[in-house]
Amino acid sequence: MIPAPFQYHTPKTVEEALRLLERHGDEAKLLAGGHSLLPLMKLRLAAPRYVIDIGRLKTLGGIREVRGKIAIGALTTHAEIEASDLVRRHCPLLAETAGEIGDAQVRNRGTVGGSLAHADPAADYPAAILALDAEIVAASKSGHRTIPAAEFFVDMLTTKLRPGEILTEVRVAPMSAKTGTAYMKLPQPASGFALVGVAVRLAISRAGKVDDVRVGITGVGLKAYRATAVENALRGNPAEDKMFAEAASFAAQGIEPLSDLHASAAYRKEMAAVFTRRALHRALGRARGKAD
Amino acid sequence: MAAGVGTAAPKGHIGRAMKRKEDPRLIQGLGRYVEDIALPGMVYAGIVRSPHAHAKIRSIDTSKAQTAPGVVAVLTGEDIRGAIAPVPCAIQMPDLKMALRPVLATDRVRCVGEGVAVVVGSDKYAVRDALDLIEVDYAPLPAVVDPEKAISKGASVIHSQHKDNVAYKWELEGGDLKKAFAQADKVIRQRMINQRLIPVPMETRGVVAEYRAGEKKLTVWSATQIPHLLRTQLAAMLGAPEHSVQVIAPEVGGGFGSKLNVYAEEALVAHLAMRLAKPVKWIESRRENFQATIHGRDQIVDAEVAVKNDGTLLGLRCRVIADLGAYFQLLTPLVPTLTGLMIAGCYKIPAVRVEITGVFTNKMATDAYRGAGRPEATYIIERVLDLVAAELKKDPAEVRRKNFPKPKEFPYAAPTGLVYDSADYQTSLDTALKLANYPKLRQEQDRLRKKGRYMGIGLSTYVEVCGMGPSSAMPAGGWESGTVRVEPTGKVTVLTGSSPHGQGQETTFAQIAAEMLGLDPEDVNVLHGDTTAVPYGIGTFGSRATAVGGTAMYLSLVKVRDKLSQMAGHILAEDPKKMVFEGGKVYSKSAPKKSLDFAAVVGAAYTAKTLPAGMEPGVEATTFFEPSNFVFPFGAHICVVEVDAETGDVRLQKYVAVDDCGNVINPLLVDGQIHGGIVQSVGQAMFEEAVYDEQGQLITGELMDYAIPRAADLPRIQTARTVTPSPVNPMGVKGVGEAGTIGSTPAIVNAVVDALAPFGVRHVDMPVKRERIWRLIRQAREGR
Repeated sequence: MIPAPFQYHTPKTVEEALRLLERHGDEAKLLAGGHSLLPLMKLRLAAPRYVIDIGRLKTLGGIREVRGKIAIGALTTHAEIEASDLVRRHCPLLAETAGEIGDAQVRNRGTVGGSLAHADPAADYPAAILALDAEIVAASKSGHRTIPAAEFFVDMLTTKLRPGEILTEVRVAPMSAKTGTAYMKLPQPASGFALVGVAVRLAISRAGKVDDVRVGITGVGLKAYRATAVENALRGNPAEDKMFAEAASFAAQGIEPLSDLHASAAYRKEMAAVFTRRALHRALGRARGKAD
Repeated sequence: MAAGVGTAAPKGHIGRAMKRKEDPRLIQGLGRYVEDIALPGMVYAGIVRSPHAHAKIRSIDTSKAQTAPGVVAVLTGEDIRGAIAPVPCAIQMPDLKMALRPVLATDRVRCVGEGVAVVVGSDKYAVRDALDLIEVDYAPLPAVVDPEKAISKGASVIHSQHKDNVAYKWELEGGDLKKAFAQADKVIRQRMINQRLIPVPMETRGVVAEYRAGEKKLTVWSATQIPHLLRTQLAAMLGAPEHSVQVIAPEVGGGFGSKLNVYAEEALVAHLAMRLAKPVKWIESRRENFQATIHGRDQIVDAEVAVKNDGTLLGLRCRVIADLGAYFQLLTPLVPTLTGLMIAGCYKIPAVRVEITGVFTNKMATDAYRGAGRPEATYIIERVLDLVAAELKKDPAEVRRKNFPKPKEFPYAAPTGLVYDSADYQTSLDTALKLANYPKLRQEQDRLRKKGRYMGIGLSTYVEVCGMGPSSAMPAGGWESGTVRVEPTGKVTVLTGSSPHGQGQETTFAQIAAEMLGLDPEDVNVLHGDTTAVPYGIGTFGSRATAVGGTAMYLSLVKVRDKLSQMAGHILAEDPKKMVFEGGKVYSKSAPKKSLDFAAVVGAAYTAKTLPAGMEPGVEATTFFEPSNFVFPFGAHICVVEVDAETGDVRLQKYVAVDDCGNVINPLLVDGQIHGGIVQSVGQAMFEEAVYDEQGQLITGELMDYAIPRAADLPRIQTARTVTPSPVNPMGVKGVGEAGTIGSTPAIVNAVVDALAPFGVRHVDMPVKRERIWRLIRQAREGR
């Protein structure tokens, strides 16, 4: 790869990275695992003058429990999330989603923070992050703030992150009892990105009704979204396939689906419904402790 | 295991599943590709390419690039005018309108990726940056993308020296077509498309050139399949005497036909090396490879078949529109004619007629891509057979059986004019049906259909033409050279005009030589690809290396063994005709205890103290083998798929391939070629499609958008063989490099159509993409 010339910085601390980011502003790009930025730089679609490599900042890595939540450092790779016992036990949806990303090489290098901050409309994590009601932690020179997942994705390749902020962590509440989750996707055959990706978190009552449900959908629109129409149609109703099929038909309600070489808008819309229904079905099975 | 072949391990080296000699160096990263070549003082070249499919060049401003750091030279088409001839096309046909690609465009560009300027710099980074500094002022012209629109009235003419975009018309007729259609109970018509494909070898192209002025010697390293032909063509393009040009094909990382060519960059880099008196390197990027290396297929066929109600084929008529792209490469106009020649497949069709229209469009040239014309033909005829079966409500196996020529009819003269060498199609199909447990598959299909699941079973019985070929049919000759040189210590060097680039002839040729001389394959070294070391050869393509190049070597081995028999007989005072070569020894059948070391016999021929009367010293022989005919491998493939009716997703469940490539030198490598060939056609059947938009932009311009198959997309491939030796060469071998690709696309598509039969679907075009299938199902459901 031969990108346009750039100046390369390797800050030793988050504070130093923030200072560099402030100094270089729009002309700087943060580099973590490199799996979003470098392909763009290779094609010279991105040509930042300054690349600030935060990939070696140890404080941004690791998965731990903090005050009852699972805190995942921004530099945690997809492979680490996929393999983490803590994640698999408490938020298996995130581990399952991580395992669906790209190929082994991508999962070994790509990071959760990098993927979320890039906000590719076909990335896998956003669906799960939305279904999990995760929190995204951003650091700036003025301190830290927490952004709810539901507010984080603003538009194609655009998030709530402000200039000068670094995404440092993702926090997820552990899954409660009688809850099942599932991520199911229709991959684009060349890139492996999601043409449609649906993440479901489904809690059922003793009576077999939908107590609570979250549906995050990626790949369909300009940004990942919560399918609230699906959620509303399900909440309080019996958790069964007929109900799921009806509710899933609202999967792309209010969304203008993308249309490209690999899937037309009509096909994406229909697949959003199909994969929502399938993910609900799978999540239900898991909530009941059944094998897939 | 193969029918017709015993399961016992062979005693000798031929037929043994030996691991490849090439692999240890390749898997350790010790292969030496063009990119690995570094010469003192070497500079790097990069090419400014047209972003437009069709445009006039108003001006090119190179001034900023000229003064950029590290830049050694910037040249445009004007700067090399007259110095380099256009890219050659080797094909001559009546009324063929030539359209040769200039090495760099001067006044007009006719496809995206066409070169307009070259930058040479001290390192590749400086070159890449300087490319962005060259300003080309283009006046865009309407792009001609759709080949049918290209030949309709009012289309913009791509080459102004011609009156329209028709490059040629070619016709083939055999038998009485009128009578066939008059006698038909039914006539079935279908349009079928072999979409445009990008070859995607693992290694892109690359060239290094060095000119040593003192010796007046130009050396060109290129990732090519045809080093000798390239040398001849380079000499012509550059106006250099051929004996001063050396071409070396070092390790080459796959070609699939895309490196069976002569490219603008090969001549340009060589010219730069002479002009600048510095070694020059150019390595193609993947995006360049997609835009500027040949594409394959791209044929639209309207087929009409005349049949009797019992399934007997009477006649086949095909009108083919072949999209040739903007310029010819080496064999561009030839490829569609191969489709015509093989259109009858392995069936007795009394009358055929093929009408081909070759068309210019504003796209990269199409040319030979794995199978080159034969996958297209096989796809058409095998789809036709299934259409016939569906129309007559017969089993596709039964319709095939009805129309096979019988084994005793071989050599079989097809209505297309070719004479098929040897075959037993019936046994091949029966073997495949048995292996796949065909009746049980049909039962399973019924069972699943009742449950609303859509399983499909697809058959393909193919024949292909390879071992290219008799010289009468080949533009540069169809023979091959093979030299066997036994070194004074008894080690063997084989020099072959074949130019393997992944096929494994360093192994199989060593097996043949070891068998013939009673040695170990490790005692044999197979050299290829260096025009200074190896006698003139034709190269590796058209599944010809073993059938033609292997035979040349085999005939040289016979000569060498005869000479060493004479030598040994002389020393042992035994009859030379009774000599046995075994385990590194030479002895007479009549006196096996009185043996000589192979090396001692060879040594005696070199020291030349006691040669038999009239014998020359040394142990070396060269043969130029001219085959009397092509060879015709064949086989039967069965594919099982399941279609997800909600998403249109096609899953391959099972694949059975019974192939017959005559006698087998190394079953492991034959299986490898079959596996690879099938996977490549899974690509065409299910995923791959080079898409140009209406402006002629290649929108599948990289691997993020051009899908190729992956391991997870594939079922286990079950291979088996029948063995029908070819009478065309003494080893009885046929080719196997393309057979897998040729035989399998119709098996996959036939399976998909079979799966969709409950929806009334009779045809689906490749690639069988999910959305395409989903739409067919939706249309069927809405139609009800």
